[in-house]
Amino acid sequence: MDLSTYRFSQTHEWVADEGGTARVGISDYAQSQLGDVIYVELPKVGTEVTAGGKFGVVESVKAASDLYSPVGGKVVETNPALSDHPELLNSDPYGEGWMLRLEPAGAAPDTLVDEAGYATFTEGL
Amino acid sequence: MTVPGVEALRTSLYDRHLALGGQMVEFSGWMMPLQYTSMRDEHTAVRERVGLFDVSHMGEFRLSGPGAEQALDRVVSNRISDLAIGQARYNVVCDGGGGIIDDCLAYRDASDQFTIVVNAGPRLRDLEHFRQVVGGGCEIEDLTLETALIAVQGPRSLDLLRPMADFAIDDVGYYHFHPGRLNGLEVGFSRTGYTGEDGFELFLPWGEAAAVWDRLLEAGRPLGILPCGLGARDTLRLEASMRLSGQDIDESTNPLEAGLGWAVKLDKGDFVGRDALVTVKQEGPRRAFIGLELEGRAIGRHGYAINDRGRQVGEVTSGTFSFTLGRAVAMGYVETASRDSENLTVEVRDSMVPARPRPLPFYKRQRS
Repeated sequence: MDLSTYRFSQTHEWVADEGGTARVGISDYAQSQLGDVIYVELPKVGTEVTAGGKFGVVESVKAASDLYSPVGGKVVETNPALSDHPELLNSDPYGEGWMLRLEPAGAAPDTLVDEAGYATFTEGL
Repeated sequence: MTVPGVEALRTSLYDRHLALGGQMVEFSGWMMPLQYTSMRDEHTAVRERVGLFDVSHMGEFRLSGPGAEQALDRVVSNRISDLAIGQARYNVVCDGGGGIIDDCLAYRDASDQFTIVVNAGPRLRDLEHFRQVVGGGCEIEDLTLETALIAVQGPRSLDLLRPMADFAIDDVGYYHFHPGRLNGLEVGFSRTGYTGEDGFELFLPWGEAAAVWDRLLEAGRPLGILPCGLGARDTLRLEASMRLSGQDIDESTNPLEAGLGWAVKLDKGDFVGRDALVTVKQEGPRRAFIGLELEGRAIGRHGYAINDRGRQVGEVTSGTFSFTLGRAVAMGYVETASRDSENLTVEVRDSMVPARPRPLPFYKRQRS
């Protein structure tokens, strides 16, 4: 999969610029660490999220983990498939398992890294 | 919890777990696989086919000598005197106040010899307690570090083991034990488990476990066998409402309120904790151990509050997402008056999730 437009945070979320809006999800590394995802709690459309701010919870049998937005902005859409099929986070974290679409506000934090940078980061964990 | 400077123990299957991609975690002082592929897949393999578990971290004690039966009967809550040779029975080990030190299985190997299987976490505490109560009544040996235990669980267990065993394995009854051979190796076959499915727990010498493990995985391939980790073991036992020592039951709980009264024989003669349990029985338990079905998919986990009309009446001790039922389930203690309440909620991250009492177990297999 081509992840050249994806940027990753150290809390294992990704953001992909889609020309005007930004799509947000969690990394493949994150889903593999969580194991079988059974529940995702996402914000309502219209909610303002901040860069690095908590926007939801992802829960696997193993643990419940907070989700942090890589960028700030207004939620314009959440993935409707996740309420019935949270396992999409495991099977396709960069595609069908996306979580939010945001109307970005402000610049992306410079702590975000590209795919290669993220790979280096997770290798060190 | 790790004691600083003390390294976690490894079972004799440790290298196998690594080779199979097992995610290793420390559990009760042992490095154990949490999962190999997916908890859901491993769980489903056991419910529908067959799964293989390394449970060598469990403790094994041997009690032997002419006084063994009487001595054991003083330590544990269930009746030992009428246990037949080759039979196993669930037992609770209580302290003097009726609190639960651990639960265990007691096997009678011979008229004056018993094997006790205890949990990994409280093993050393158990051993100390057994020695103290038994005194000079019989010999006690801790065989944990020389005994490997492999659990074969699931509806296809018999199909897997039958061709490899040197005796009529179908004839071994539930909660019975048979010493036999598996591909020439001496193995103890126990028709027991911690999953709610048919299956066997195989007792074998530490050094031979890896060879047996390999053969079982190989022979089980056509049956769809999967190696299974502690994660699936937990979701399976929870669906079958089997208590987890140290989590659902501990010294702050007694077997009567834990719903384990069937394993307590107050009329069998004296045993540690009996007097206290007689009092509990006379007064009626203050708490009840109940099953809950939660609305939605969020999990009510260990320690989460259970409320009745907004007032806290108890706590979840175990909770998970039941892969078999497709919903979140939990078990825990509530004040007796709230056991059937229709107004229970579990507090999950600041929200009150409606929870309906549900008879245990959550899952019961269809017996053929």
